[in-house]
Amino acid sequence: MYRYNEIDRRLVRERVVQFRDQVRRHLAGELSADAFRPLRLQNGLYIERHGPMLRIAVPYGQLSSKQLRTLARITRSYDRGVGHFSTRHNLQLNWVRLDQAPDILAELAKVDMHAIQTSGACIRNVTTDPLAGVSPQEVADPRPWAEILRQWSTLHPEFAYLPRKFKVAFSGGPDDAANLRIHDLGLQLVRSAAGELGFRVLVGGGLGRTPILAKALRDFLPWRHLLTYTEAILRIFNLHGRRDKLHKARIKILVEALGVEEFARQVEAEWAQLKDGPATLTEAEASRVAAHFEAPEYETLPKLDAGFEFARRHDRQFAAWVAHNVHEHRVPGYVAVTLSLKAPGRAPGDATSEQMEAAADLAERFGFAEIRTTQTQNLLLPDVMKRDLFNLWQLARNAGLATPGAGLINDIVACPGGDYCSLALARSIPLAQAIQQRFAGIAVQQDIGALRLNISGCMNACGHHHVGSIGVLGVDKHGAEFYQITLGGATGLEAALGKVIGPAVAAADVPGVIERLVDNYRLCRRPRERFIDTLQRVGPESFQAAAYGNTPTIEREAANG
Amino acid sequence: MAKIIKNREIVADDWKTLTLAANETAETVRLPFGPVLVPLAVWRARKSDLIHREWEHGHALGIWLGPRDDPADIAAELDDFSVVAVHFPLASDGRGYSIATLLRSRYGYRGELRAFGAVGHDQIHYLQRVGFDSYVVDAPERAVAGLDDFSESYQAAANQPLPLFRRRGAVA
Repeated sequence: MYRYNEIDRRLVRERVVQFRDQVRRHLAGELSADAFRPLRLQNGLYIERHGPMLRIAVPYGQLSSKQLRTLARITRSYDRGVGHFSTRHNLQLNWVRLDQAPDILAELAKVDMHAIQTSGACIRNVTTDPLAGVSPQEVADPRPWAEILRQWSTLHPEFAYLPRKFKVAFSGGPDDAANLRIHDLGLQLVRSAAGELGFRVLVGGGLGRTPILAKALRDFLPWRHLLTYTEAILRIFNLHGRRDKLHKARIKILVEALGVEEFARQVEAEWAQLKDGPATLTEAEASRVAAHFEAPEYETLPKLDAGFEFARRHDRQFAAWVAHNVHEHRVPGYVAVTLSLKAPGRAPGDATSEQMEAAADLAERFGFAEIRTTQTQNLLLPDVMKRDLFNLWQLARNAGLATPGAGLINDIVACPGGDYCSLALARSIPLAQAIQQRFAGIAVQQDIGALRLNISGCMNACGHHHVGSIGVLGVDKHGAEFYQITLGGATGLEAALGKVIGPAVAAADVPGVIERLVDNYRLCRRPRERFIDTLQRVGPESFQAAAYGNTPTIEREAANG
Repeated sequence: MAKIIKNREIVADDWKTLTLAANETAETVRLPFGPVLVPLAVWRARKSDLIHREWEHGHALGIWLGPRDDPADIAAELDDFSVVAVHFPLASDGRGYSIATLLRSRYGYRGELRAFGAVGHDQIHYLQRVGFDSYVVDAPERAVAGLDDFSESYQAAANQPLPLFRRRGAVA
């Protein structure tokens, strides 16, 4: 992974000094709340329901075990011992004190971490696929490019006060586990016919109040032009994006208003002025950064491991965990492992300090001391030998990190919701827990199969409800918490936005509605058809009818038979 | 006389900034005595008046741009101005940073580039990076420290045309 040099460290330290002085001036009354607001946001500090929330960046989701131990310690000393891993490679602490925020940032700086630009109208933390570098399919490792963009966007003087936030994601291609199409800027690694490495560029995606999927801006951008082309896009956005209304200010609105062809024309015209200029990447810089992501020293292993196969056949619980939480690796004998943060009864994405330390232990013992955070609010160990899996599983289970069923219905993605967030109109966490209870038991979840269930507490869509196979959105109905249900959202290559199925329902009714949707799928499905496939084949009508109970109650047993 | 930060020093400043009131027009507004920064509309409407003042009275020419103004409109005339100022109506309105970048890096403006409006201690480091060299701020004696918030930068910008990776060579 990327190791900071002296200049990287100095910049992060100088940022801490700058912010400490800003906090001091704010507390001394020299800096008004309004003037302080954008400054604290660009250091990840929100003022939430219970007080400040600090959002710490985990750039492109990569952590060393040492960094994770520091996060555990900070969570214990400055918060209440629980941190929340968000969908965008951030760790959120909900109970920090404003006057201690600079101390936390100073602790982070000691392990080459920061909270720079994790909020505010600027270029946010860069995201990617949690299997980057180990995926058997990828065209190239996206991490070096994500790091190059991290450096370029960090403390960028021209783009700190954009019309609105700007989120960039990289995908190693050809599939799209990074969900490029819900980002302001998506960069997918591709090779040209001549074998040259470059990017397919997507622009103008985003969820929130006006969900839009990103559109192709350019089919091939040679890698050298990554920064100049991005600069051209950002300049057009900075100068011409709307600033009159907050919810009209994302680049997606500008792209829609101009049309992607006209937007592309403006970008190309701006880029013509920058192309081949000094910001053009060099071979030397690309290889300097890439060297930080060289593969660790893998052992030469057979593709099959007898001990692993034996354990899988003889321990059904282990087998159930392996079936969904263990992922293919490009090196024979190795796998990547999801450490689930979806234990029943816990808020999705939450991890205690002890769990963070346990994950760091596992990474040191069974991996190369490296941990990833995922868009589905879990942790992931990228390099585990198959022969260690059974041991790892037992230890992970003790730490509450081995909830099986990653990618199944109970692997719910949820924002912190009304329990913490001051924007939320409804709570997400108790609802997630109620749904998880309804579908308790791995056998039930496996029978339902691949299904993304996403919950957002408000239109801002931090729980990405639009791209859930089933999405749940909190709304306010005369002061009561109600939830709108959407169907048919999808991520990655098949990205689609879910459609609302009907009137919002009360919190207590949501698990029942979801159960009836699932039952309808079980009734209609063909062999090996996923929820989303059945929905696409038969259309939403029978689901809508089932959801609101207009059809005879479906017997679960009958449906299963 | 007001104090501003200019070339890192606190200096007295005698430029007046002309803004059009609701009942005034660019064609008829009275130009104040002395050096004056005029809005783009006044420059367009009164170019000959303003140039005449410079010839007759030695009042240097100055202009200010708002966030909606396109610096391309004055690109051909930049040599005429002693000061180009950029207005920031809100600290959160970052268009002025791109306007400055274009003035310096694309149109080659070398004169004084001044930021005024909702800018201060916490903005002037980035303002300096995109090419400003004077700043109208509250408490300039204290705010000037903000210029040195960071000692290095990754990106190319107007005050450092080479990105870090081209300055440190092949290895770091």
